[in-house]
Amino acid sequence: MYKYNDFDDAFLRERTAQFRAQVERRIDGSLTEDEFKPLRLMNGLYLQLHAYMLRVAIPYGTLNSRQMRQLAMIAERWDKGYGHFTTRQNIQYNWPKLRDVPDMLDALADVGMHAIQTSGNTVRNVTSDHFAGAAQDEIEDPRPVAELLRQWSTDHPEFQFLPRKFKIAITGSPNDRAVTRAHDIGLRMVEQDGQPGFEVIVGGGLGRTPMVGKVIRDFLPKADLLPYVEAILRVYNRLGRRDNKYKARIKITVHEKGLETIRDLVEAEFEHTRADFMGFDMQALTQIEKHFQPPAFKQADTAGYEVARAANPAFRAWTDTNLTPHKTDGYAIVSISLKAHGATPGDATAHQMRVMADLAEWFGHDEIRISHEQNVILPHVHKSDLPELYAVLRDAGLATANIGLISDIIACPGMDYCALATARSIPIAQEIAERFDELKLEHDIGPLKIKISGCINACGHHHVGHIGILGLDRAGVENYQITLGGDGTETAAIGERAGPGFSAEEIVPAIERLVHAYLDLRATRDETFLQTYRRLGPQPFKSALYPEAKANAA
Amino acid sequence: MSRKFTPKVVTANDLLEGDVIYLAADDRWVRDMKQAEFIEDEAHAQIRLLHAEQQPDVVVGAYLADAALGDDGPEPTHFRETFRTRGPSNYAHGKQEKQAENV
Repeated sequence: MYKYNDFDDAFLRERTAQFRAQVERRIDGSLTEDEFKPLRLMNGLYLQLHAYMLRVAIPYGTLNSRQMRQLAMIAERWDKGYGHFTTRQNIQYNWPKLRDVPDMLDALADVGMHAIQTSGNTVRNVTSDHFAGAAQDEIEDPRPVAELLRQWSTDHPEFQFLPRKFKIAITGSPNDRAVTRAHDIGLRMVEQDGQPGFEVIVGGGLGRTPMVGKVIRDFLPKADLLPYVEAILRVYNRLGRRDNKYKARIKITVHEKGLETIRDLVEAEFEHTRADFMGFDMQALTQIEKHFQPPAFKQADTAGYEVARAANPAFRAWTDTNLTPHKTDGYAIVSISLKAHGATPGDATAHQMRVMADLAEWFGHDEIRISHEQNVILPHVHKSDLPELYAVLRDAGLATANIGLISDIIACPGMDYCALATARSIPIAQEIAERFDELKLEHDIGPLKIKISGCINACGHHHVGHIGILGLDRAGVENYQITLGGDGTETAAIGERAGPGFSAEEIVPAIERLVHAYLDLRATRDETFLQTYRRLGPQPFKSALYPEAKANAA
Repeated sequence: MSRKFTPKVVTANDLLEGDVIYLAADDRWVRDMKQAEFIEDEAHAQIRLLHAEQQPDVVVGAYLADAALGDDGPEPTHFRETFRTRGPSNYAHGKQEKQAENV
C-alpha cells in the first residue's frame, strides 16, 4: 500500500499544526464559530447531536495493521473505546473533545492518516472496491489510480469551494462492488483491445433526488484519466448551481443541462487539461504503482482447512457466507462481519480493532480493507490459516456468519448521533437482525440487502437496498418508509417507494411480512429476493406490506 | 398569520465538550434540561437567545427548543430533544451515563 514520502508527511504535519492553532484561537475567543466552522469541517470535525464527531478518511478503504492499531489507540485514549466504520469507508469517532482533536490528528499523521476533506464542498475520500487487489474478476487493482486521485484532489486549489461535495468511486472489476453508479463520478475499469481503461459515469447520487449515473465516456484510456476527471470537475465547478444547496450536486447539473451538453463541454475542456498535464500524472502513477505490488503469496496444503470445514458446522457456515474467491489458488478473501445480531452496524471496539490488526499481520499479508457495507475485509488469507483465524475471530465476537444476508444491514448513525437525521436507524437495524436471527430464517432467505437511512440524505444507501428503509419525522413521530427493488451493483436501480410509512413499532413486522411473501413467491430456492421482485414487480410485495388495503379493495 | 408561540428553552452545545447545554434563568449554562429557564413569552425568548448567542466562547449553535412544563421543570416535546436530554439508544453514553452514576 501507499507509504507517505517526506513531502506527504511535511504537508500533513503543517496542516495539523495549523488546525491546532485554529482550535486555540477558537477557544480563546479570537475566532467566532462562523469563522471556525469551515476550518474545522475542512479537517473532518463536525458538531453532532450530543458531541463533536471526527471523521477520518480511510483512503479507498485500505489500512495496514499499524494504522488499525492506531485507530484503536485513538478510540481508547480520546473517545469511548470504539469507532464507527461508515458507508464511505471512513471511520467516525463520536465523542471527541475539541481540545483533544489536534492530538488525535497528530496521532493519525503518525501513521499516514488524516481527516482532510472528509467534509465540505470538496472532493471527498475516494472510495473503491473493498476486494481490490484480490478479486478474481478484477482487470487491475484500481487502488493506484485511487491514490493518484487522492493526491490530486487533496488540497487542490481549484476544487476547495465546489458548488457542493463531490464523491468519486472506482472499481477495477466488471462486477461493481463500489456502487460507482451512485457517485458524482464513477470509474469502472473495462478493457478495449486488451488495454485497461475506464467507463466514466457521471451524475449519479442518492440523497433527496436519487439518480443512477450516466455514461459520459464508454472507454477512457488510463493515461487520460486524471485530465478527464479534472475536466469534469472544471465544468461542474463553473456550471453547478450555487443558488440552491439542494440542486448543487453534479447530478442536477447533468440532469438540467443534459448529458450531451455536459459531454461536449467536458471534451472541450479535456483538450486543455490533457495538454496541461504533460504526462506528469502518468509518471506519478508509475511511482504509486510500485507501492501496490501484490504480496508474496505462499503455497501451502489446504487439506487441514477441508478437514476443519467437515468437522465444525459453525466454521463451515462461516466459510459459506464470509469468504469470497481469491484470484490466487489456495487463498480466500475474508469478510469480517461488523453486524453481530443486535450490535450497531459498522461499530468495532478498540479490542476488536486490535484483533483484526493482529490477524492481518499474522495471516493477511498486513492488509485490511473497510467496505462501504460497513464490514472489515482481510483480502489475502491462505485457506490453511482459516481455522485458526476463525477461532480468534470467534473469541472477539467477530465471527458472525451473515455477509450478504438479511442481518448484514447498512445503517447510518441516524438520530442517535447525527444532527441532520430525522429519525433513528440503528435501533431498527438491531431489531431486524435480532428478529430474523430468532426466526432462524436468514440462511434460507439468502442474499438480501437491507439498507437504512435516518434522513433523506441517504448515507445509509436506502435507495439501492433490495429493501430500503428511510426514517422520517412525520408530525413529531418517527416514521419509516420502505423502498423496494434497489440495486447498487452494475445493474444499478433506484428502489421504488412501496407506500405509506410505518411507525417504529410497525416497521419490523412489516419487513417480516415482506420477507415471508418473498419466501412464498420465489420460483426456486435459488431465486433471490431481487430476482423475484424483478420477475413479479412490486404488487405482491405491496399486498404483503398493506394487507388492509388489499382487504378493502376486495 | 403568525403561529401561536409555544413555550421554549434556550439550548446549545458546549464549545469544549460538545455536550448539550441549556440556559438557566440565572444565566448559568446547565446540563440538565429540568434546570433550564422555561420561557413562555416570545419577546423574552428572543432576548434570551440573543444573550446565548453573545457567548461564542462558551456555546455553539444556540437555538430555541420547544418545551413543556413537567413536575420537575421543562421537558422536551419532540423526540429529537428527548434524545438530546439523554444520548444515543445503542450505548449508555452521553448524559444517560452520568444520570446512571447519580442514581
